[in-house]
Amino acid sequence: MNVLTLSLALIFVLIPLLLAKTFQLDLERDMVVAVVRSIIQLLLVGYILQFVFDSEHFLYILLMLTLMIAAAVQNARKKGAAIRGIGWKLTVTFVFIEVLTQGILIGFRITPASAQYIIPISGMVIGNSMVLAILFLNRFTAEVKGRQEETELILSLGGTPKQAIHQPLIASIKASTIPTIESQKTIGLVQLPGTMSGQIIAGASPVQAVQFQLLILFLLLTTAVITSLLLGYLSYPALFNERMQFLQEPSD
Amino acid sequence: MLPDPLVPALRFHRVNYSASGVPILKNITGIFPKGKITAVVGPSGAGKSTLFRLCNGLRPPDSGEIYVNEKPIADYDPPELRRKVGIAMQNAPMVDGTVMENLELPKKLQGKRLSEREAFQWMDLVGLESRFLHHPAKELSGGQRQKVSIARTLVNRPEILLLDEITSSLDPVSTQDIEELILRINGEFGTTILWITHALEQAIRIGNYTWVLMDGELAASGEISLLRSPADERVKRFVKGEED
Repeated sequence: MNVLTLSLALIFVLIPLLLAKTFQLDLERDMVVAVVRSIIQLLLVGYILQFVFDSEHFLYILLMLTLMIAAAVQNARKKGAAIRGIGWKLTVTFVFIEVLTQGILIGFRITPASAQYIIPISGMVIGNSMVLAILFLNRFTAEVKGRQEETELILSLGGTPKQAIHQPLIASIKASTIPTIESQKTIGLVQLPGTMSGQIIAGASPVQAVQFQLLILFLLLTTAVITSLLLGYLSYPALFNERMQFLQEPSD
Repeated sequence: MLPDPLVPALRFHRVNYSASGVPILKNITGIFPKGKITAVVGPSGAGKSTLFRLCNGLRPPDSGEIYVNEKPIADYDPPELRRKVGIAMQNAPMVDGTVMENLELPKKLQGKRLSEREAFQWMDLVGLESRFLHHPAKELSGGQRQKVSIARTLVNRPEILLLDEITSSLDPVSTQDIEELILRINGEFGTTILWITHALEQAIRIGNYTWVLMDGELAASGEISLLRSPADERVKRFVKGEED
């Protein structure tokens, strides 16, 4: 694909823009911002990746991963603003996931220890972990609010914070991991997953593309479950003080 | 003959509490006598429910000290304090599951079990038919849920029982049932009872002692008879308003 053909792809931007204008959807500004941002961001990433791949220097890989994690923390922390120290809790979660998955992949020689593999796979893992963290924090905040009465009841009967928060915590962990599990059940039936499509378009054999896609799917399953569990168990103590008092203000 | 001096089960000393910067309880000093039923009365928003949450250790006072059996509550392990000072909440919240699961909850939190026989004994005490044992607790009527809630609190065998407006949404028959139950618990176990009620007639009928909270302050406290002829002007107006 050259610059001219890529320019023609802008037709796919013009269509929704015209429709938005015709039907007064008031989405034109957001669409233009989204398009401009994606062009700049992806081009920038493309050049940076090219540089990192060419240099194959460990420090550059580490810098890329640090930037990815920092961006993911920045994005997810807004959803957990009510939880004390959410920034470092997210950082610990993402770093743990990254170390665990890359450790297994490289340790068992499933993928080579080169930037070409480490960076894209890390991107998928951290990106997925970030989405999971946002899903979890959204649900956990709502569950804690909705079950405040039950939480206080358990405390009032002599329960510990861990016992009092058990139900909201488990419900949130389950709710946030279900989409990942469900989407994997129907994968390939409705749409071909991104990694696989990309590899096929780039000329890889479909069977090889499937093998790589399966690896990614299994990775994302681990990512989903560990993100929710780890973030959950790191987050709940912030809702209580040392006297085992619930820090949410009562609604009345 | 002089009356017996009152032994405090709970004692407040210059207790202040505020929420989001708004003072809710102001400089509260007073006692709840051991083995008695104290009716806690006062207009809505006077800070009565908050007072109970402080007694049970669910909320920390901003300043001042609260004593249970003359020991500061800060010196108790929180779960131990909460088992000693049990609370039954206004809307009788139930956890998901059956009546049995709700009654067993206090035991389960300590890693223990409650036998069906014990559960039946508690149900019998609060006047709940045994056929409800395996009934979903959230589907019970308001009165039945209040009974489960009281029984569940009693499973911890508290020395002090806090009852937060537990009859406010009940019909007259259920209210009378609960009143009789409170008198029985106080008589049989010698449990100190603190009862928030908005019905002054009920307070006078059931209580031995009273606290009148007004606008976060303890406007009056003493023998229940003070509600019949209050000395304090504010309390006088409140009692008159409630009678009207």
